[in-house]
Amino acid sequence: MSQFRFLRQPAIAVAAGVLALTLLVALFAPLLATSEAGRRVGPVFGSPSSAHPLGLDDAGQDVLSLLLRGARTVLIVGAAASLVAVLIGCAVGVLAGYAGGWVDSVLMRVTDYFLVVPALPFMIVVAAIWGPSLSHIILVIGLLSWTQMARLTRAQTMSLRERGYILRARGLGSSHLRIVTRHLLPHLTPLVVANAALTVATAIFAEAALAFLGLGDPTSISWGRMIEHAFSRSALSAGAWWAFVPPGLCIAAVVVACSVIGQGVAEIANPQLRHDHLPPRRVRLRATAAGGGEDDSGGSDSGRRLRRRTAATVMEES
Amino acid sequence: MNRGLDLVLRRTAVALITIFCAISLNFLLFRVVPGDAVSNLARVPNSTVAQQQALRHEFGLDRSIGVQYVAYLRELVHGNLGRSFANGQPVSKNLGEALGNTLPMVLLGTVVAILAGIATGVLGAVRRGTRTDRALTVSSLTVYALPAQWVGLLLLFLLGGVFPSGGRVDEFLIEPSPWQHTVDVLWHMTLPSLVVGLTLFGQYALLTRTAMLETLAEDYVLTARAKGLSTLRIVRHHALRNAMLPISTLIALSLGSVVGGVVLIETVFSWPGIGRAIYSAVTSRDYPMLQGAFLVLTVVVVVCNYVSDLIYLRLDPRITV
Repeated sequence: MSQFRFLRQPAIAVAAGVLALTLLVALFAPLLATSEAGRRVGPVFGSPSSAHPLGLDDAGQDVLSLLLRGARTVLIVGAAASLVAVLIGCAVGVLAGYAGGWVDSVLMRVTDYFLVVPALPFMIVVAAIWGPSLSHIILVIGLLSWTQMARLTRAQTMSLRERGYILRARGLGSSHLRIVTRHLLPHLTPLVVANAALTVATAIFAEAALAFLGLGDPTSISWGRMIEHAFSRSALSAGAWWAFVPPGLCIAAVVVACSVIGQGVAEIANPQLRHDHLPPRRVRLRATAAGGGEDDSGGSDSGRRLRRRTAATVMEES
Repeated sequence: MNRGLDLVLRRTAVALITIFCAISLNFLLFRVVPGDAVSNLARVPNSTVAQQQALRHEFGLDRSIGVQYVAYLRELVHGNLGRSFANGQPVSKNLGEALGNTLPMVLLGTVVAILAGIATGVLGAVRRGTRTDRALTVSSLTVYALPAQWVGLLLLFLLGGVFPSGGRVDEFLIEPSPWQHTVDVLWHMTLPSLVVGLTLFGQYALLTRTAMLETLAEDYVLTARAKGLSTLRIVRHHALRNAMLPISTLIALSLGSVVGGVVLIETVFSWPGIGRAIYSAVTSRDYPMLQGAFLVLTVVVVVCNYVSDLIYLRLDPRITV
C-alpha cells in the first residue's frame, strides 16, 4: 500500500474524505433523499425547519433532497468530461512528444490555439448551438479542457524518450505502440492523475457555469442548476439564502478537494517545491534528544519532524 | 537585437494566424452542427417550403460553403458583423458599447486581484509551512473554488441594500454632471468589480506562491543569503523579480478565464457589457450577436496574450541574447 502514503498528509486525507463522501452520496442519493424528485412538500421558499433542514426552493421542493440528488449529475459530468479531456490530452501530448518533428509542431500549434481561446465562451457557443443535454455538456467541457494535459504529457514524453531503457527497448526491436503503452504510459501515470484531478475541478466549475446560463441538462438536477433556479426565480428578493448557499458550498468543497489532491500529487512529484534557501527567521540551537516541552509555536509535531533530520543540532523556524 | 526583432516578427505572425483561425472557426461553428443549423435560421413557424427557400436565398444560405466563407471574410474586413436579431442594430455597434462598459469594470477588479494576489502569495511562500501560510493557502483555495455567480449572488444578498443591485447607471438621475455620472458608475461598479477581483485573487495568490517557492530554492538565493542580505532584500530583489516571469505568463494565460467569469458576473449584476450580451444572445437565440461577441472576446484575449509576450521579451533579456 506504499503508493497510498500521500494519504498521510492531513490536507490530502481530508480532501480524499470529501470526495469519498460525495461519491457515496451520489451512489445512494435515491435512498438518502427524504422526498421524491419533483415533489412539492411545502410553501415556495419555505424557511429551514426540522423536517426540511435546508428549507424549500422556488417550487416548494426540499433543498436537501435536491442537493443529494444533484451530487450524482455533478460527479458524472466531472468524471466523464475529465475522462474525455485526459484521453485527448494524453493522445495529443504523447504523440507530439514521441513523434517530434512536424507532427509535434502541428499538434502544439493546435494546442496553443485552444489554450488561448477563452474556454467558457467557447463552451457557451457550442452548447447553445448543440442544445442542452447531459452528453453535450460532457463533450463540450471535455473537448475544451485538454490543453494543460497535452502540454504536460508532451514535456514528460520528450524527456523520457531519450532515456536508456526506452532506447534499449527500441534497439531490441519493440514496436512504437509497445514502447508507448508498456514503457512510456506507466511513467506518465502520476502526472496524469494529478492533472486529471485538477481537470475534474474545472469541469465541475464549467458545468455550474453552463447550468447558470440555462445551458445545463434540463432533465436532471445539479448544483449549478439549483443556483440558476434561485437566481432566475428571485430567491434573493424572497430572502431565501438557503436556496443558493448550500449548492455553492458543495461545489467549492468538491473543487477544493480535487485541487488539493492534484496539488499534493504534483508536489510529491516535484521536490523543488519543498525547500528554500531563505534564512530562518529565528534560529535556536537545541539538542536533538531534548523534548519540545517549552516549545511555543511549532508544537511537538514540528519538533518531531525536525528531529528526524540527521544533523546533531537543528535550526528551528518559528 | 536582430534576434529580438526576429522573435517579435514571429510572435506577430503567430498572433495573426491565431486570429485568422478564430475567425474561420467562428464561421464553421455556426454552420457545421448536428442537423441542419441553417434551417434553424430560416425556421419560421408555419412557413411553406417556398418561403423557406426565399429566406435561404435572401441570406445567401443556398450558396456553397466556400462562397459563404468568402462573403463572410469580405464583410468582416469591412467591420460588418451582421445585424442583431434582437434589436435590429448592427452587431458591431452593440458590441462596441458593451466592450466599453466591460473593460473598466474588469480592469479595476483585475488590478486589485493582481496586487493582492502577489502580496498574499509572496507572504505565504516566505512563511512556508507556518500557520500563516496554511491560513493564506486555504483561504486562497476556498476563494478560488467558489463559483463566480455564487459569490455575486451572496454579495448581492449581503450588501444589496448598500450597493445598487444591478445595472451600470441610476436611470432616475436627471441630467447628471460628468462628476455625478462618474461617481454613479463607480458606485454601480463596486460589487461586480469586487467579484471579478475575488474570483481572480485566489488563483493569483496560489500561482505566486508556487512560483516563489520554486525561485526560493534556486542557488542564487542561497548566494544572496551567503552575502548576508536581509530577507526583505532577497525576496524583493532576487526572488520576486525572477518569479515575476512565470507569474506574468500565467496571468496572461488566465485572461481566458477572466473573460469566462465576466459572462457570469455581468449576468448576475445586469451589467450591460459583453458578457451579458453573450447571455442574452444565448437566451434569445440571437446568433449574429453570439457569433460577434465570441469573436470579439477571442480577439481581445489573443491580443492581450500577444502584448504580454512582447512585454515578456523586454522583461527577460535571456530570450533575446
